[in-house]
Amino acid sequence: MTTRREFLKTGLAGGLLLNIAACARPGENDGRTQVLSALIPVMLAGALSPRPEDAERQINRTLSGVETAIKGLSLATQKEIGELFDLLTFPLTRMLAAGLWSPWNDATPASLNAFLDSWRHSRFDLLKSGYAALHDLILGTWYAQPESWAAIGYPGPPLLK
Amino acid sequence: MMRDIFREGLATGWKHIDASDLTADTRYEADVAIIGSGAGGGVTAEILAQAGLKVIIIEEGPLRTSNDFRMREAEAYPTLYQESAARKTADKAINILQGRCVGGSTTVNWTSSFRTPAETLNWWQTAHGLKSLSVEAMAPWFAQMERRLNVNPWHLPPNENNAVLARGAEKLGIPVAVIPRNVKECWNLGYCGMGCPTNAKQSMLLTTIPSALNLGAMLISRLRAERLEFSGPQATQLTASALKIDGLHPSGVRVTVHARHFVLAGGAINSPALLLRSKAPDPHGVLGKRTFLHPTVISSGLFDHDIAGYAGAPQSIYSDHFLHNAAPQGDFLRGGPLGFKLEVPPLHPVLFSTTLHGFGEGHARLMQNFARSQTILALVRDGFHPQSKGGQASLRRDGSPVLDYPLNDTYWEAARRALLAMAEIQFAAGASWVTPVHEDSPGYTSWAEAKKSLAELPLAPLRCRVVSAHVMGGCAMAASPESGVVSDDGRHFQIANLSIHDGSVFPTSIGANPQLSIYGLIARNASMLAAALTGEGKAAIL
Repeated sequence: MTTRREFLKTGLAGGLLLNIAACARPGENDGRTQVLSALIPVMLAGALSPRPEDAERQINRTLSGVETAIKGLSLATQKEIGELFDLLTFPLTRMLAAGLWSPWNDATPASLNAFLDSWRHSRFDLLKSGYAALHDLILGTWYAQPESWAAIGYPGPPLLK
Repeated sequence: MMRDIFREGLATGWKHIDASDLTADTRYEADVAIIGSGAGGGVTAEILAQAGLKVIIIEEGPLRTSNDFRMREAEAYPTLYQESAARKTADKAINILQGRCVGGSTTVNWTSSFRTPAETLNWWQTAHGLKSLSVEAMAPWFAQMERRLNVNPWHLPPNENNAVLARGAEKLGIPVAVIPRNVKECWNLGYCGMGCPTNAKQSMLLTTIPSALNLGAMLISRLRAERLEFSGPQATQLTASALKIDGLHPSGVRVTVHARHFVLAGGAINSPALLLRSKAPDPHGVLGKRTFLHPTVISSGLFDHDIAGYAGAPQSIYSDHFLHNAAPQGDFLRGGPLGFKLEVPPLHPVLFSTTLHGFGEGHARLMQNFARSQTILALVRDGFHPQSKGGQASLRRDGSPVLDYPLNDTYWEAARRALLAMAEIQFAAGASWVTPVHEDSPGYTSWAEAKKSLAELPLAPLRCRVVSAHVMGGCAMAASPESGVVSDDGRHFQIANLSIHDGSVFPTSIGANPQLSIYGLIARNASMLAAALTGEGKAAIL
């Protein structure tokens, strides 16, 4: 259960970090693309093709699928998602909140794994829900694609005659 | 090509306006304006139109019909659900599935059709003073709607996902029963949640709304009801925003609707939100409070044979054993304060993969076993115990609604019993591995191991997955204005020409999938309203 104290800590720390990130306002979606390009291969490890050229195509398609998925969310949620990616993009908040010292495109798979695990098991609701948003966006986009169905034994919807 | 019955109706001259096509501000007039086209709005529209009243139905979501229903999650969730099926509580701990299209949740639900349980109606009579809503008084209204929507216990063998629940429970001496469904000539496909492609589901999209349109009612889709305006104890008009074709952004076109009477049927969360935006009188501060979710926990088991949870009627077996073992009156027997109902969900790749915990290799391994995975849900019955007060619907700064629903220790005590019960059933049915959907769970290979570990597993928001497909309350019926928003006939306590006809009027959760509870109660209340508006006196059972 979230105690009042924990909530205040999350609220204050989270609010502060979001404010820093918002003031810095990294340019448009470039930041989001960088973050997602780094995280998609980690989130989808074991599901992506072992052939690098196929994997790259799959990553790019997932990236554009995530953008489509975000555009379908309510405007209020889109704003929150925007704040999440601001937080992850701005270097200072990336280091403070995500514990990632190198830029996204230089981050090692191990450090990206550690980042996702630290948010997943964080004591702050804000970070746990940030992890959940990344989880749902990337995995939901991946498994929405017919190309990913054979690997999980899903035949796809039946044909109606 | 499959027939598209709704499109055929449109071709005969039904009045439908897609508000995204409007290019100038527009004003409409009717006897009754119904806001929302789901279970409550649909039933109300049919009954009022049959009484000869001029009806306008306003729906925020788009009109989608059977030929649009291609059984693909990527299309269904963004077009047919509130917030792309990603509506969440304020702390993001509970994901809420709610419809947002013509027909509302009835277009996308899994067709389970239960009468309001006797226990629930009795509790409403004793604890909430709703004296008129006895089991006997309500029975004919449920019977009428069961006939109207072809509700019958599912007549084919359950799919394997449901059969596992039945087999495991029966092995443990836990009684199960067959779920009644509102379908006609059902193809047993399993895609109810993405809109029925074969016109089998007797949703509002296929029944009451066509009937109202045949009688001259008008339907306006992609129109967001912004606020009601009041003059003293009267609602004078509704102002609404036409949405762009994306269904999200207002196009800038304003629509006003004038009516003698307004019926609010936007569903829980949205109906209280409209009243909050409208600054409707709320002298006792009850609006939006006591919103209930049946907060649901999930257990997933792995079997050595195909389960194929994506195929076949999604829900056909249930058990109320653990509801009856929790008695709200305080005699808790061997259960705890809150009871739960056991059912299964349909398993489709997006719903399953996003619900499942973990990422990377671990998640991919679980997904490789997708077709051999079986999943049970425990729907916790909230609102019957002093420590189960539900959540509060309120407004964000932009006027959109949000639900704050704290999960307390009383809830988690029930969730733990539910996770234990589900794991025991899955192992009894032959599962080789079972896990609660929980970020810290490694999964278990025997009931003994699960029993020991589940007793210790820390249960908390955003660690243990909690979901909901049933939103109820927030505009509670009550015996007097001090404790509710409407009387038991759905009439607003302060605004004379305003009724609320949806699941938001329930003073507690239902303890069962709520659609038939809404149909029955609203058939009664719409009949009384029709009588009042036409001066006919008494409501007749049709």
